[in-house]
Amino acid sequence: MIQFLLKGILRDARRSRLPIIIISIGVFLTVVMTTFMSGVIGDMLDMTAKFQTGHVKVMTRAYADNADLLPNDLAILEVDELITELEQTYPKMEWAERIRFGGLVDVPDEQGETREQGPASAQAVDLFSPNSKEVDRLNIRKSMVTGDIPSQPGDILLSDDFAKKLGLSIGDKMTFFGSTMDGSMTFKNFRMSGTLRFGTAALDRGSVILDISDARQMLDMEDAIGELLGYASNGTYDDNRAVEIANEFNAKRSGSDDEFAPIMFAMRDMNDMGAMIDYTKAMTGLMAFIFVFAMSIVLWNTGLLGGLRRYREFGIRLAMGEEKRHIYKTLIYEALLIGALGSIIGTILGLAVAWPLQEFGLDFSSMTQNVGMMLPAVYKAKITATAFFIGFIPGVFSMVFGNALSGIGIYKRKTAQLFKELEV
Amino acid sequence: MKTIIIAVLALFSVQLSPPDAYEILQKVDANMSSDNRIFESTMIVHGRRRSRTITSKSWSEGSERSLTEYLSPAREQGTKMLKLAKELWIFSPSSDRTIKISGHMMRQSVMGSDLSYEDMMEDRKLTDVYHAEITGEEEMDGRLCYVLELTAKVEDVAYQSRKTWIDKERFVPLREELFAKSGQLLKRTDLSEVEQIQGRWFPKKIVYKDMLKDGKGTEFIMTNISFNQNIAPQLFTKASLK
Repeated sequence: MIQFLLKGILRDARRSRLPIIIISIGVFLTVVMTTFMSGVIGDMLDMTAKFQTGHVKVMTRAYADNADLLPNDLAILEVDELITELEQTYPKMEWAERIRFGGLVDVPDEQGETREQGPASAQAVDLFSPNSKEVDRLNIRKSMVTGDIPSQPGDILLSDDFAKKLGLSIGDKMTFFGSTMDGSMTFKNFRMSGTLRFGTAALDRGSVILDISDARQMLDMEDAIGELLGYASNGTYDDNRAVEIANEFNAKRSGSDDEFAPIMFAMRDMNDMGAMIDYTKAMTGLMAFIFVFAMSIVLWNTGLLGGLRRYREFGIRLAMGEEKRHIYKTLIYEALLIGALGSIIGTILGLAVAWPLQEFGLDFSSMTQNVGMMLPAVYKAKITATAFFIGFIPGVFSMVFGNALSGIGIYKRKTAQLFKELEV
Repeated sequence: MKTIIIAVLALFSVQLSPPDAYEILQKVDANMSSDNRIFESTMIVHGRRRSRTITSKSWSEGSERSLTEYLSPAREQGTKMLKLAKELWIFSPSSDRTIKISGHMMRQSVMGSDLSYEDMMEDRKLTDVYHAEITGEEEMDGRLCYVLELTAKVEDVAYQSRKTWIDKERFVPLREELFAKSGQLLKRTDLSEVEQIQGRWFPKKIVYKDMLKDGKGTEFIMTNISFNQNIAPQLFTKASLK
């Protein structure tokens, strides 16, 4: 029967053209919008997790109270012990030591006096350990613009914009001036080994990346850490699991009133990310709902129009003795086929537009130059497995739903009046 | 004779009338400012985890030039800070670099203390920088004080207004509250251990409290103060940093 219906759909294009076009457009919009939304929001969450929050983050209570100020004087001490405990308790998590601090990058002239300088926001990560995943996690390799990733103590990476502003070239020396964990002045000379661009205004403005061993020496933070970030081994943020781990960790220490006791936060509990995560979930659901609802109304109307146009056909079929139920069934099957065809066309078109959006994105850098949030400068779509079927759900469902509603009219036809209606 | 009596009475009445705000500030300036001074100091920074003690020796000339050399602890030893008019240079022996401090860095804390570089730079006479108004009299640490409200009359000032408690007898501030343009209280200083040194009253201990951060404040204790000495002019050059 499917083959018979398919032939009917293809041969009588007037019957199927409009619904297929409408479904294709709807599915196309759904695919493009969902891939773009998941790309943009996913990038924002991912970037925030990788650079700032982790999936979970451990700090001291005192540090957490003033976390925006990066108070390294309130850092976690004896961090090796804590990491060992966390690795044993949560074997499916990976832990990354981070020290974030501010200071001044100062470029000397021939006399060793200030030639150029600028405020810097430094992120110290483990670049040198052979097992460290930080280079990949922070996407440093792909973000390199010039030079190389630091390979020896004293090497440092600067954001490309910052390096240009300071007039620095690869191999040039500079001094980082800041404060140690205890507040003493600290000066350390570095060699710029490379420059990078993350595509985020907040990072590209004055960011500096160095190995954690250099930072520890410079800031007097041996066996101390500002922030300990935890990531799920599979790389995917699981909101429920992160909250569960944080609650479990904190419950063990709830009896202590030590302000330097460690405290763990799930990503949703930091940087207003909870609202963002909830918003993402809500938006995805809302979009699917709005699409199904709107498309159902449109296709219901399309079905009604088709039904009216096929009023005579149904009448003849009823007059010839075909059962109302059978006609309704074929109508639904037809709707299924038309929905599937429209969804396939819409998905192909949607993916065709989503792919360049994924590869090249839309550049909003001029609008995000002064934004302090972790926002990507180039907004990119993300084609996931979901993109291949998300359009089918509303595409097929709305067509079937629309036709199912409009097809009810078949049951209201009275056989006795058929010939009069058909003017035979 | 009659004229002489009137003149004496007039002079006597002038002497008895209370000083106005400007006169009070002038007397404070006479105590606190000098052509030059040399002192050693101990700065105790009370952090949330531990306290640190930093010692230094300073030479200053007027409000434009000063040099501070840090003597201890080992990490700070040999670090020098040179102020030349509105410029501040820091020399670090460990990196062999001379770095200029400017812009927003001037508002940063010096060595984790409650003092900013701007605070260290500010050495102008109060009468040059502020308009003053007497708002009352209060007792502070058992001493009767004038309460003055100072409002900046120049643009390049770290604190737009101040409330200051001036010892009525010695004309030395015993407490100051420093405010931003918005009216927010930024810092409080408590001055004590007032001693007479070379004919002037001078507080040897100042406790700074940055009101925007937690902590117990920073004690700044001056020792071996001497005023109006012969200081070689080449001391206030960048060459003396290294």
